[in-house]
Amino acid sequence: MNAPEKNPPVKLPNEPVITPQVVAEHGLAPDEYQRLLRIMGRDPTMVELGIFSAMWSEHCSYKSSKVWLKKLPTQAPWVICGPGENAGVIDIGDGQAAVFKMESHNHPSYIEPYQGAATGVGGILRDVFTMGARPIANVNALRFGDPSHPKTRHLVSGVVAGIGGYGNCMGIPTVAGETNFHRAYNENILVNAMTVGIAPADRIFYSAAAGLGNPIVYVGSKTGRDGIHGATMSSAEFSEDSESKRPTVQVGDPFVEKLLLEACLELMATDAIVAIQDMGAAGLTSSSFEMADKGELGVELHLDRVPMRETGMNPYELMLSESQERMLMVLKPGREEMARKVFEKWELDFAVIGTLTDTRRMVLRWHGDVVANIPIPPVVTQAPMYERPWTETRLPSTLAIADVPAPKDYGAALLKMIGCPDLASKAWIWRQYDHLIMGNTAIRPGGDSAVVRVAANKPKALAITSDCTPRYCAAHPETGGRQAVAEAWRNLTAVGARPLACTDNMNFGNPTKPEVMGQFGGCITGMAEACRALDFPIVSGNVSLYNETEGRPIMPTPVIGGVGLLADVEGCVDIALREAGLALVLVGETKGHLGQSIFLREVHGREAGAPPPVDLTVERRNGDFVRGQIGAGHVAACHDLSDGGLLIALTEMAMAGATGATIEAPGDIAPHAWLFGEDQGRYLLATARPDAVIAAAARAGVPARRIGTSGGGALTVEGLMAISLSELRRSHETWLPAYMAGEAA
Amino acid sequence: MKAAVVVFPGTNREHDIANAIALTSGAKPAMVWHGDSELPKVDLIVIPGGFSYGDYLRCGAMAAHSPVMREVKTRAEKGVPVLAVCNGFQVAAEMGIVPGTLMRNAHLQFVCGDVHLKVETSQSLFTNRYQQGQIIRVPVAHAEGNYFVDNDTLKRMEDRGQIALRYCGADGDLAAGNPNGSLRSIAGVFNETKSVLGMMPHPENAIEPRFGGTDGKALFESLVAAIA
Repeated sequence: MNAPEKNPPVKLPNEPVITPQVVAEHGLAPDEYQRLLRIMGRDPTMVELGIFSAMWSEHCSYKSSKVWLKKLPTQAPWVICGPGENAGVIDIGDGQAAVFKMESHNHPSYIEPYQGAATGVGGILRDVFTMGARPIANVNALRFGDPSHPKTRHLVSGVVAGIGGYGNCMGIPTVAGETNFHRAYNENILVNAMTVGIAPADRIFYSAAAGLGNPIVYVGSKTGRDGIHGATMSSAEFSEDSESKRPTVQVGDPFVEKLLLEACLELMATDAIVAIQDMGAAGLTSSSFEMADKGELGVELHLDRVPMRETGMNPYELMLSESQERMLMVLKPGREEMARKVFEKWELDFAVIGTLTDTRRMVLRWHGDVVANIPIPPVVTQAPMYERPWTETRLPSTLAIADVPAPKDYGAALLKMIGCPDLASKAWIWRQYDHLIMGNTAIRPGGDSAVVRVAANKPKALAITSDCTPRYCAAHPETGGRQAVAEAWRNLTAVGARPLACTDNMNFGNPTKPEVMGQFGGCITGMAEACRALDFPIVSGNVSLYNETEGRPIMPTPVIGGVGLLADVEGCVDIALREAGLALVLVGETKGHLGQSIFLREVHGREAGAPPPVDLTVERRNGDFVRGQIGAGHVAACHDLSDGGLLIALTEMAMAGATGATIEAPGDIAPHAWLFGEDQGRYLLATARPDAVIAAAARAGVPARRIGTSGGGALTVEGLMAISLSELRRSHETWLPAYMAGEAA
Repeated sequence: MKAAVVVFPGTNREHDIANAIALTSGAKPAMVWHGDSELPKVDLIVIPGGFSYGDYLRCGAMAAHSPVMREVKTRAEKGVPVLAVCNGFQVAAEMGIVPGTLMRNAHLQFVCGDVHLKVETSQSLFTNRYQQGQIIRVPVAHAEGNYFVDNDTLKRMEDRGQIALRYCGADGDLAAGNPNGSLRSIAGVFNETKSVLGMMPHPENAIEPRFGGTDGKALFESLVAAIA
C-alpha cells in the first residue's frame, strides 16, 4: 500500500457511486479499471474516472493500433518533426517548413453532418496553427454510402456545407479532395480533413511544457457542455440508438477560430510562448496531460477559473468538454499581461488557470478544494496497449482477361463509367469551397494534385493530394496499402512535384475482430514498404477505429495525404489537353489488369479478383522518369492512370482542356483490358516532343509508346468508338447535381 | 496612389487585395483595424472580402457600424473613392453608400469559381482601362451575392449608368452565367457620383497568368491611372 496521499480529493456534492455499470459507461474494460485502481491506490472520484476514460479511449491512446503504427517509416533528412506532435513538419528549403496532418471526424459527421464536418476542419486547422504555421490549403477525403441509401443525400449535403462553411470563413482555400460512394459506408461515412501550413523552420512551436512555476493559460472560446465524451463515443461501434448521441457532437464557430488563428500567430511572433497545445479530442484533459507528460512536469489547475459558457458547470464537465476553438499555453513568467492584450484585441477569452509543478501529478482544484489528484507518468506509460489477434486476408486469385467479357458497345461503357458516382465530376462539391482565396492556387481541384504557391510573388509551390482505393484494400489489404501510398506519390509526380512526405488517416472497423485487425496490419505493412521504397515518410496521422454498425465494418480505408515540392510553380503541368496535334505517350507497362476495376464493377456489376499488383521499383523508376520529363519542359499535360484506367484518364484530360483525341489500340492485348485495366505505375503524357520523350524512356528502361494524337471535338478509339466531348461531359457533369437535386440514384 | 484597406474581425481577403494594389501601384496600402477611429489621409479606401463579424446578424451589418466606418462614410460622402468587394460590397450596401442589397444566393449554396462579366462602362475611376462592353473572366466566392434593388431605384441607376458590371456567358450573353440569381445579372454597382464601386467578384484574384488570369488587373490599373 502506498503512503497516505498528499492532497486527497474531496467528493463533489451529489457525486454518484462508481459501480461496474458506471465504469462500463465510461468505455473502460474491467481489467482496465483494475489497472486504474493499481495506479491510483484508491477508488477514483468521478472526475478522475472521466479523465482515465478519455485518456485510455482508443481515440487518445491508440491502444489497438500503436504496435502496428511503429512499423511505419517516419524519418528522412528533410523531416523536422514526425508523428507525436500536433502535426508533422518537413523542411521545404529557404528556412521554411511545411506543417501538415490529416484527421478524421467520422462518427460526429454521421450523427450531425454539418457540425461534425465543420469541426473536423476546425480541429485540423488548429493542429496546424498550434505549431506556428499559417494554413495555406485544406484537403478532404470523403466516403459516403450507396447513393440509393435514404440518408446519403442528406449526409453529402450537410458534410459539404459544413466543410465549406468552416474553411471559407477561415479564409483557407480548399484545393483538393476525393469522394467515393459505396454501400460499405452506409452507416459509417468517412470525413477526413487535411490542412497544410507554412512556418519558419526555426520557429516551430511544440507542446512539451517547461519551466517550473510557469503560468498555464487558457485562450479562445468559453467552455460549454458540448462534445462531452466525444473521444469515448468515437471509440465505440454505432448501434440503433447512435442518433441519441447528438449532444456528444461539438458545435463549431469558424469566426472565433479565425480570431484565434490571428491572435496565436500574433503572439507567436513574440517570445512569450513556452509551449502550446490545442484542445481537441478530450479537451482540457488530453491537452494538459500531454503538455505535462512531455515536459516531465506536474500541473495544478484551478478549474473554477476556466471561462465557462453557462452557469452550473462542474469539474467533470470542464475536463471532458470538447468545446471548439480553445488552446492551452505555457507562457514565460511575466508575459501574461502582454499576451492578455493580444487576445483581448481579438475579443477572445484569456485566463491564467494554473501553474507547472514538479510533482508530476495532475492536481485539479475547484474553488480551492482538490477534486482530482492523478500521477501523470503511469497514465501514459501504463496505458493499455493491445496486440490484438489478427487474421490475414488472403490474396484472391487474379482474374484472367478472358474471364471478363469485352463490352458490346465501348462508347456506352465509357459513358456509364465516366458518369458513375465514383468517377462523375465532383464540381458540385468543390464549387462550394473557396478554392481561390489567397490567390495562390495554380492547379485547382479536379486534377491529380492541387498546386498552391507558398507565398505571393515567390516561385515555390507545394503539390497536395489525398488518395486511397478502398476496394483494393478490401480485396488485399497489403496491396491496397502499398497502392494508396504509391498513388499519392504518383499524383504529386504527375504535376511535376518532388514528393516529400505524407500523412495517413487510418479508417477501419472494430479492432477486436481478428479480420479487421488483419486488415489494419496488412495495410500498414504495404504502406510501410511503399513509403520506404519511395522515400516518402509518414510524418503525422490519425487512426479511426470502430467504423462499423450492427457488426458490419467499412472497407479498410487508409487515406494518404501527400505533399510535394515544386521549386518553381511555372514548371508544373496539369491534366488538361489544351491544343491539337500533341502526341499522347503512355508511360508504364499495360498487362490489362481488370480485377477490382471500375470497369468490372460498373459494366459487369462484379467486385472480384485480386487488386492490381504494385511493383515499387517500377513505380519509382517510372515516376522519376516522368518528373524528369516535366522538369525538362517536354510535357504539355500529364495524368496518372488510376480508377478506370487509360480511357478514363484520357477522357478526363480531353474534357479538362476541351480538346479531343484519337488513339489506336495495340493488337497484342484485348482492347477492353488495354483501355480499362488498372495496372499501376502508369502515366499518360501529352507532348510536342514525342521522339525526345520516347528516346529518354528507352535510355531509362521505362516502357513508353505513342498511342495517339490530340485534336478535334471527340474522343476516338480507332475501330471501336467515337464520342463527342459534349456527350461525355454531359454524362460526367450531370450525375451529382441531378442526384443532389433529388433525382433517383 | 495611397490606399487604405479596412480590416474587421473575420475579414480574410485583405492580403489578396493589398497584394493586387501593391503589384499595380507599386505602393503597399495601409491596413486599418476596424477599432481605429483614425483613418489616414488616402486616395482610395478599400473594404475587402471575408466574413466580418462571422456574418452574424446579417452579412456586413455589424461591420457597417464599427468605429472606423463612420469616418469611411464621411470620406465617401466627400468623394474619396471607395472600392468595396464581396463582403465589402455587403458592408457598403448596409451603410447605404451604394444602392441595393445582397441576398442569399438563389440556389442557397456558397459558390466559388470563375465567372464572366460584361463591363458596362469605361467611364469611371474603376473601369477606364477596360473597353465598354468588354467581357472579362474573374472569380466569385460568396454565399450572399444575389443583388436586389427596388424597381424605381433600378430604373434610375440604369438611366444614370450606375451599373458597373453584369454577369454573362463567355460570349457576352446576359441570359447566361448568373451565378447567384442577381437582379438583371448585376455584379457591381456605382453610387450616383461613381466614386464608390461595390462588386461581388474578386478582381484581386485575377492579376497573374498562372493564378486565375489577368482580367482583374485593369481595374487596379484604372484606379492608378485616375488617381496617381
